[in-house]
Amino acid sequence: MSTSNRKERSAIDRKTIGQIMDENGVGRRRFLKYCAGITALMAMPPGMTAAFAQQLRAARRPTVIYMPFQECTGCLESLTRSFAPSLESLIFETISLDYNHTLQAAAGDAAEAARHEAMEEAWGEYILICDGSIPTRMDGIYGASAGHSFVDQLHEAAEGAAAIVAVGVCASYGGVGAAYPNPTGAVGVSDIIKNKPIINVPGCPPMPEVMTGTLVSFLASGVPELDKHLRPKAFFGNTIHDRCYRRRFYDEGKFAESFDDEGARNGWCLYKLGCRGPTTYNACATIKWNGGTSWPVEAGHGCLGCSEPDFWDQGGFYEPMTAKLFDDTGQIAAGAAAGVAVGAVAAVASNRRKKKLTGAADKETSS
Amino acid sequence: MTLLEFARGPMLHFALIVFVFGVLWRLVSVALLGWRKNRAESRVSTAKAATGGAVAVGNRSWPHPEFLNRTAFGEAVGYGYHIGLFAIVLFGTPHVVFWGNLFGIGVSWWPTLPTGLITVISIATIFLMLIATIRRYMHAPLRRISNFDDWFSLAILWVLMVSGVWAVLGLGGSKETILAIHIISFNVLLIWFPFGKLMHAFYIFPSRFITGYKHEKKGAAS
Repeated sequence: MSTSNRKERSAIDRKTIGQIMDENGVGRRRFLKYCAGITALMAMPPGMTAAFAQQLRAARRPTVIYMPFQECTGCLESLTRSFAPSLESLIFETISLDYNHTLQAAAGDAAEAARHEAMEEAWGEYILICDGSIPTRMDGIYGASAGHSFVDQLHEAAEGAAAIVAVGVCASYGGVGAAYPNPTGAVGVSDIIKNKPIINVPGCPPMPEVMTGTLVSFLASGVPELDKHLRPKAFFGNTIHDRCYRRRFYDEGKFAESFDDEGARNGWCLYKLGCRGPTTYNACATIKWNGGTSWPVEAGHGCLGCSEPDFWDQGGFYEPMTAKLFDDTGQIAAGAAAGVAVGAVAAVASNRRKKKLTGAADKETSS
Repeated sequence: MTLLEFARGPMLHFALIVFVFGVLWRLVSVALLGWRKNRAESRVSTAKAATGGAVAVGNRSWPHPEFLNRTAFGEAVGYGYHIGLFAIVLFGTPHVVFWGNLFGIGVSWWPTLPTGLITVISIATIFLMLIATIRRYMHAPLRRISNFDDWFSLAILWVLMVSGVWAVLGLGGSKETILAIHIISFNVLLIWFPFGKLMHAFYIFPSRFITGYKHEKKGAAS
């Protein structure tokens, strides 16, 4: 981006989102519809829409820096498929995405220069979006770009951020990179940065509407209410199981025993096939994917629990969620053998003592 | 490692090893004690004596007519929550799936009860446990013969039941934490089981049978 363009953008950024929308001819009706969509996604009461719209109009259009680390681009692929709001509307009407090396045209030194320039201009005010886990083993040598490790890049970018949004389970908790045996020492953003507000939007990938909804909600009213895993409660407040349309089959005791049996064809509960719905907090069952078309359980596959920490290491995906997490190699049998041996020794000792006592009693009687 | 992973992983493994070790130790040590020499002439055949033992198992599982008025309430409460516990453990879906996974067997043949019914049974069981706990404390002789063993066993059972119902009804808190507490309390139960009065689950019927058998052999009523 040229210097003149950046100055022009900087001037735009001093305006509020409402002013920018007015200038671009976005009508009140369209804006309220947009806000109603967001508040509905967040399960806010309808009466909150007007207040939300007012707060959003008054908010400044923020600079957003999107930093990819040890990731697969799946989260960004998901984000670009958001329907409400679409990524386009998010970028043009709500945020100023100043750095994302996958979406932007610039590359190499030019891209890095643009990032530093954007950070300097909005120092202390920009939103930092992180995608992917951060490898920490061997001073973070497993992940680097532009000559700097991801750990150093994260520290540098986080220093000037107003808040950090970790998108995807990798950026939130380490994800697949941190799965056993975690060769790169991968961790999530919140494991490294401790002095900034962090909002986790986990998932593999996260729901696009949840990502955009979280951003818009942050602009309107700051950091939303978070759960213990730093996820917005508005989207992660309920388990998949509680909102699942197959829940009634669980309650009735009707389960698919395999993926091609009558139960599966009848759409019965997938609990016995390993569904993680009961311990997974996400909005898949209510918002659904691809513009509300469907979601994994509706497609016939159990929930994998991808928005939960360490979901890769929770046992086999096709084993029930209460399944044991150990492979016994004879320890229980050894315990059994030891139990029998100790029991036998105890019985022999007891019998000897009994005989001794009986013998003494008999002697006393005979004498 | 999360709390739930710990509960399902190393702790469950350890608890099972201790349980199997402890139960076999106690069963074998009693089984190999041998018989006291019977100096009396046998009044009946071994088969008849065995029948007498089986009858004693039934008889002694029912209140004695002479004490019926005094013991019926306590026995009804005891039976009530024991039956409730068995129904939950043997026919609750998550438990059936758990057993299937633990023993490595398919459970498609194993019937399960609807969640609503299991929930009602669970709440009724908790209610009966409450009565049993209060009665154990309020009933002077019962309180005097109760020791740490009884109260600790009851405490584990309380945590197990309440956390289970809490998880099913979603009464608040993180589901995975509640589930972890539920499984941890089960693990503690497994570890404690062989070393306390909970062993009655294994001893109760064989001991009644042996008593009845010996009485029958001697020609005594049991």
